Amino acid sequence: MPLPVPQPNIRVVTLKIDDQDLSAREDETIIEVCREHKIPVPSLCYLDGLSVWGGCRLCVVEIAGQGRLSAACSTRVAEGMHVHTNTERLQRYRRTIIEMLFAERNHVCSVCVSNGHCELQALGQSCGVDHVRVPYRQTPYPVDSSHESFRLDHNRCILCTRCVRVCDEIEGAHTWDVMGRGSDCLVITDLALPWGESETCTSCGKCVQVCPTGALVKQGTSVGEMVKDQHFLPILARRRHAR
Amino acid sequence: MHLEDLAEKAADFRAEEAHITHEVRVCMAASCQSSGAAPVMTALTEACGDATDHCKVKGVGCMGLCSAGPLVAVADKDADLIHSVLYRDVTPDDAPDILASVGGAPVDRLRCPTDQPFFARQQRVVLENSGIIDPDSFKGYVAVGGYSALVKALSEMTPADVLREVTASGLRGRGGGGYPTGLKWSTVAKMPGDQKYVICNADEGDPGAFMDRAVLESDPHRILEGMAIAAYAVGANKAYIYVRAEYPLAVERLQTAIRKAKRAGFLGSKVADTQFSFEVEIRLGAGAFVCGEETALMASIEGLRGQPRPRPPYPAESGLWGCPTLINNVETFANIAPIIREGGDWLAAIGTEKSKGTKVFALAGKIANTGLIEVPMGTTLRDIIEVIGGGIPDGKAFKAVQTGGPSGGCIPQAHLDIPVDYDSLKTLGTMMGSGGMIVMDETSSMVDVARYFMEFCMTESCGKCVPCRTGTQQMHGLLDKITKARGSHADLALLEELCEVVQATSLCGLGQTAPNPVLSTLRYFRDEYEEKLRGEATP
Repeated sequence: MPLPVPQPNIRVVTLKIDDQDLSAREDETIIEVCREHKIPVPSLCYLDGLSVWGGCRLCVVEIAGQGRLSAACSTRVAEGMHVHTNTERLQRYRRTIIEMLFAERNHVCSVCVSNGHCELQALGQSCGVDHVRVPYRQTPYPVDSSHESFRLDHNRCILCTRCVRVCDEIEGAHTWDVMGRGSDCLVITDLALPWGESETCTSCGKCVQVCPTGALVKQGTSVGEMVKDQHFLPILARRRHAR
Repeated sequence: MHLEDLAEKAADFRAEEAHITHEVRVCMAASCQSSGAAPVMTALTEACGDATDHCKVKGVGCMGLCSAGPLVAVADKDADLIHSVLYRDVTPDDAPDILASVGGAPVDRLRCPTDQPFFARQQRVVLENSGIIDPDSFKGYVAVGGYSALVKALSEMTPADVLREVTASGLRGRGGGGYPTGLKWSTVAKMPGDQKYVICNADEGDPGAFMDRAVLESDPHRILEGMAIAAYAVGANKAYIYVRAEYPLAVERLQTAIRKAKRAGFLGSKVADTQFSFEVEIRLGAGAFVCGEETALMASIEGLRGQPRPRPPYPAESGLWGCPTLINNVETFANIAPIIREGGDWLAAIGTEKSKGTKVFALAGKIANTGLIEVPMGTTLRDIIEVIGGGIPDGKAFKAVQTGGPSGGCIPQAHLDIPVDYDSLKTLGTMMGSGGMIVMDETSSMVDVARYFMEFCMTESCGKCVPCRTGTQQMHGLLDKITKARGSHADLALLEELCEVVQATSLCGLGQTAPNPVLSTLRYFRDEYEEKLRGEATP
């Protein structure tokens, strides 16, 4: 007779998110619980199935009794926690962060292949970004079209590193990484080789599908034609990590 | 090994030099070397020769008054800095005169009085050996009582006793945050796990700060001793010193110290003939300021890209390679040996109610005595700047002092009488930081200062989180516009709003504190910003 598999000692806690009483496993993060209950928390770097990055800071929430804001993607739930996800202050911060992202590189939606299917664009709309108050940086970056199937446009990149993580954690190739620092960071393939010359890239296209903007797209797409499909990710991730 | 054995060893080392009655100590720390201490040392050594075997020329660490370097002290063998004859701005040509003066009348033209407040008002705990012992000499360190704290901890104290003394001392982290050291140590000690690590953060990067460099260059064994005691207390057996590659002399002296301590049995397996093993490795920082942030520093040690990650988990829980890790600053470790030697209560008697002990400050900028000082916590800024620092040179008026580097802020004249400790500085909108103090006179523009620090944060932002990456760059753009007298009131309002967003939402300390120089100059010198807005300043 097979021995019973020991159950990990994980408790269920109850917490309050925006006046909803919810229960959650104590190893879940706030954003996981929010997504489960369809509570909208904006995020650009978090993606179900990938490791936590905590870089875009759009998912910051207020937790009652804590002075500092917490990122919902990297904060675990706790018993009795009271979370506010959408206060006036948070809305203002999110709007400013999105404005600064728009101003950092070239995000002109009207000529972008991802127009209408872009997470940055959608968040801009849902967070009420009707104009950008900070000056545009207007630094041109290269476009890498050397890969036969895909294209990389650094001007549309928001450095969320989803491509880096999906390539490393799901595909297992680790073709992508980040070089440089500050606003001049670039995602690179191998040691900054042209993508088409990369020896590690398997051309699986996962990076393209998880990219929230028009930075990673399929070759041959025109304005508004690049529709991305991410439903494979949680499935693959669960199989891979057998949670 | 017991304390008596070590004392015997120390007595032997002292006996080896019993014939020497006088020492000529040449400061060989980085700042004196940059003003020409090495040729002075050579000239003195050659001139001394073997003729005077009662006198020894030796290279020592920092004596503090860097602006007067190269410094040479002539002292009776066991005398400290105050009781020596100090010479300033020494050149190789002065060597014969200095040697001739040993034991006789001092050379008046080179004399630098040691009874001046700069020396007399200091209280040296961390720097007790600095400028007295030869940093490359293991024997020299043991002769002045070195490693007695480690031997005492290993032979007479349990790890719990060590934790108790450190907690009782009230010591707080000297890297800037001021987290209670005893609490941090106890947390790591309580964590389960066979493998734990100790890290010494020597990635000192604040502009104008050189405390850690001086300690490493002047008394490297002290850091090793402090780290070994920490490792014993928390149950670690492996440590890393993360030191920036821009400090080649500090690295070299650390390497020498590690090698000699290992050979003498104070590092490695069976430290001081006990069951305790302790290995230390040096890791060089490649020049990124953000690697002073503890999670980025650990990523860098692991060979990853040096960028921070969200906390919790804190390093005490999950640090280097996921193991519980104790990470402290150089100066914090430098305080450990005296605490164990003299007892926690001894340190707790120095300083203010909530900030115990002494603090090393690096005085820089528009101040007469540029250099390194160590004063008890609670000394007023006025004492530090006007009395110890000698005030502002060239008859100019004082305007502000910047503390805490790019994370700190500027303090104006009106608050100079505040006693310096972690909490008082926080109420003024700045922070202790690692101890850099940049003094500015009436000719400095505070908007320029804010822009300078923002530029620093912008170029040092790792690029991981959006508010810091884009926010510092936008704020720098606005400050640049304002300094060039092209800004508007709307720009100033936007600047203040960005400050709030970046402070509240950034991932790590670098971003969260990057707006501080702007916020503090706005708080105390808002008129300077307004003046520029009206276009009154020359572009």
